[in-house]
Amino acid sequence: MALQDVADKSLHDKLRRAERRKKIEAVSLIGPLLLLMVIFYFIPIGMMLYRSIDNSQMREILPETAKALAHWNGQGLPDESAYAAVVADMKVAYPARTLAGAGRRLNFDKVGFYSLLLKTGRKLKKIGGPPYKEKLIEIDSKWGDPKYWTVMKRGLKNITLIYLLRAVDLRYDDTNSIVGVPEEQAIYKSIIQRTVYISLSVTILCLLIGYPLAYFMATSSASVRNLLMIGLLLVFWTSLLVRTLSWILVLQDKGVVNSFLLSLGIISHPLPLVFNRIGVYVAMTHVLLPFMVLPLYSVMAGIPSYYVRAARSLGATPIAAFFKVYTPMTLPGIGAGCLMVFIQALGYYITPALVGGPKDQMVSYFVAFFVNERVNWSMASALGVVLLLMTGSFYLIFGKRVNITNMKLG
Amino acid sequence: METQQYHVSFRGVQKSYDGIRLVVKDLNLDIERGEFVTMLGPSGSGKTTCLMMLAGFETATQGEIYYNGKPVNNIPPHKRGIGMVFQNYALFPHMTVGKNLAFPLKVRKLGKEEIDQAVLEALDMVQMKDFVDRYPGQLSGGQKQRVALARALVFKPELVLMDEPLGALDKQLREQMQYEIKNIHEKLRVSVVYVTHDQSEALTMSDRIAVFEDGIIQQIAPPDDLYERPDNSFVARFIGENNTLHGMVDTIEDGVARVTLDDGQQVMALAVNVDKPGIPTLLSIRPERVVINPDEEKMTQTVDGHVEQLIYLGDHIRCRMTVAGNSEFIVKIPNAADSRMLEVGQNIRIGWMTDDCRALDAD
Ligand SMILES: Nc1ncnc2c1ncn2[C@@H]1O[C@H](COP(=O)(O)OP(=O)(O)OP(=O)(O)O)[C@@H](O)[C@H]1O
Ligand SMILES: [Mg+2]
Repeated sequence: MALQDVADKSLHDKLRRAERRKKIEAVSLIGPLLLLMVIFYFIPIGMMLYRSIDNSQMREILPETAKALAHWNGQGLPDESAYAAVVADMKVAYPARTLAGAGRRLNFDKVGFYSLLLKTGRKLKKIGGPPYKEKLIEIDSKWGDPKYWTVMKRGLKNITLIYLLRAVDLRYDDTNSIVGVPEEQAIYKSIIQRTVYISLSVTILCLLIGYPLAYFMATSSASVRNLLMIGLLLVFWTSLLVRTLSWILVLQDKGVVNSFLLSLGIISHPLPLVFNRIGVYVAMTHVLLPFMVLPLYSVMAGIPSYYVRAARSLGATPIAAFFKVYTPMTLPGIGAGCLMVFIQALGYYITPALVGGPKDQMVSYFVAFFVNERVNWSMASALGVVLLLMTGSFYLIFGKRVNITNMKLG
Repeated sequence: METQQYHVSFRGVQKSYDGIRLVVKDLNLDIERGEFVTMLGPSGSGKTTCLMMLAGFETATQGEIYYNGKPVNNIPPHKRGIGMVFQNYALFPHMTVGKNLAFPLKVRKLGKEEIDQAVLEALDMVQMKDFVDRYPGQLSGGQKQRVALARALVFKPELVLMDEPLGALDKQLREQMQYEIKNIHEKLRVSVVYVTHDQSEALTMSDRIAVFEDGIIQQIAPPDDLYERPDNSFVARFIGENNTLHGMVDTIEDGVARVTLDDGQQVMALAVNVDKPGIPTLLSIRPERVVINPDEEKMTQTVDGHVEQLIYLGDHIRCRMTVAGNSEFIVKIPNAADSRMLEVGQNIRIGWMTDDCRALDAD
């Protein structure tokens, strides 16, 4: 018994060692790629992740206030030292024009802060000497409201969660607990849902069109296959922008499709095919189709004909042989294709922005919106984090389903 | 119809893939119920094509195939009920061994208990019962082969086709599997059409062997007939080891030809494939039928030979010699006391019985 155990243990150790060696080999082979990914991929993503919670610039703008509020227990109003610190910070920040930035940041948490800070800053010249508590409350009664001080204290920490919370329609209330944002401001959850819904629909459309296409390619003669392959890869030779714009030409009211249908008399008014959901589906499916067909085709091309023949010889009808034997064998291709299409679709920006309407914009659109229009990098990053989490979790769930994690290195 | 009595009949079957070249030319073959028939022939001779036509995956360009006396040209493969073992096993990789075996039963809509029972029985037959829950990827070549065999038999077909089923196995395993397949065949009494290009496999397993060359059956006969009495020089050379001597036919009398060898010696041989005097012929003699220093009284034919090489093989000595200009003439000498006297370079007399020497077509 004991001997048996010893033998088992040494065998186990040997196995582990052999596997470790294999892993080391694999890692050293992909080492350069890994390094490249760390530099150009993981570091930028890490920076983006950090950007969504980073709040350190607030302490640079209002250093004294931060120090003073660190001791405050959050009950009632802070004492005179905090008011003095506010005045001291503003005297520096207002002429330096950094106060507006701090105002915008705090205003994001509680509306009214921007005007409060700028108004106070403007009136500081005439404020005179201490004590300041009464004087500030006189300038604006909000300085006598503990809620504003709670927001101020929260806003001066190095790390903040308000952007991430807002990206999923949550916020802090006046007592520092997390609650949902009011109905009329809650937009991100529905945008996330819409993003997933559009991506899923596009994935299904790609699968429905791509599977027969890939099958046809895998079973047809070399010349037909090459022709199809070129047609498919043509998509990659033209820029994304051109492809998307050409869909507008095809689908618009006076476009090819509508004029054709009108001339046949099938319809009397042009169908709304673009600048709405239909346009988004058509254009995205077209753009993403190769990412479905290529993995499917490569899997199908590797399936020898004798499997289906074996199924037929065992008594399966052609349809049963196809669905019970052939299709399951293409699952890795289906999984890889769906995952590739879905994950790319989640991050799509240009195509929906050009051929979709306002109700068809996805998360990425709002990332761009916060960067370009609002200059709010934190909120853009927070939405980026949401997108990343979505992608990651779908990869884990879906990737397991189709055993994609079982596809070993090499 | 005369096809009624046979399990399978090929009648004048031809096949061309490209419309230019006939891959199978005028195939006629009858297989009895319960018979084990092997198609033997070099690569590209059309064996797989014949099997595929029988299974229904290829259609004959011309001619008719009968199964149980009925023409099958228009019956799709899944309705023929013919079991098939593929060279690459073709086990479904996404199903366990048990599921693989259950597949033909499920498509036949059998009950679950019935299926489980049949699957276990079939696995038991090939000693693979303990592997029901393994996936094909987790099996060795020999184990896969057993499972493939069990799967082809589990739905109790009357005819099983096997296309080089043992091609990928090593020699020892192949011999063991040959024995097991033969056992199963004897137990179940199914008809088997077996394809191989390994002649020893064909000889050990078959009731009858059809020797293919270039889309034509050269000879179809039981193994001993094929070996002892080849009809033509292709079969003689293809099956077993064989000595050939070139010569001209002088006379033919009562089925025996007098032949003058290239070096002028004269011998008698069975006129198998020669019909008139004055034509060239190829004499075929099996190495084990040649005797050295023969008793001239007993051996009807004797000629001179020159010993070129001696290879000691334990139970016998393999002697290569030059006879009538052929320096590849092999004689197998039993390892008896007197055989030790042979030396390389020696000139000796060798002999054989007239019946063991066959005058075939000179190609
Ligand atoms: N699907 C096909 N299309 C065109 N030609 C084919 C096809 N299948 C086989 N052939 C040709 O038919 C001939 C006979 O092929 P077949 O596969 O029947 O030979 P085989 O006797 O089984 O040979 P092997 O012992 O190598 O398996 C070959 O010359 C081959 O090139
Ligand atoms: Mg073959």
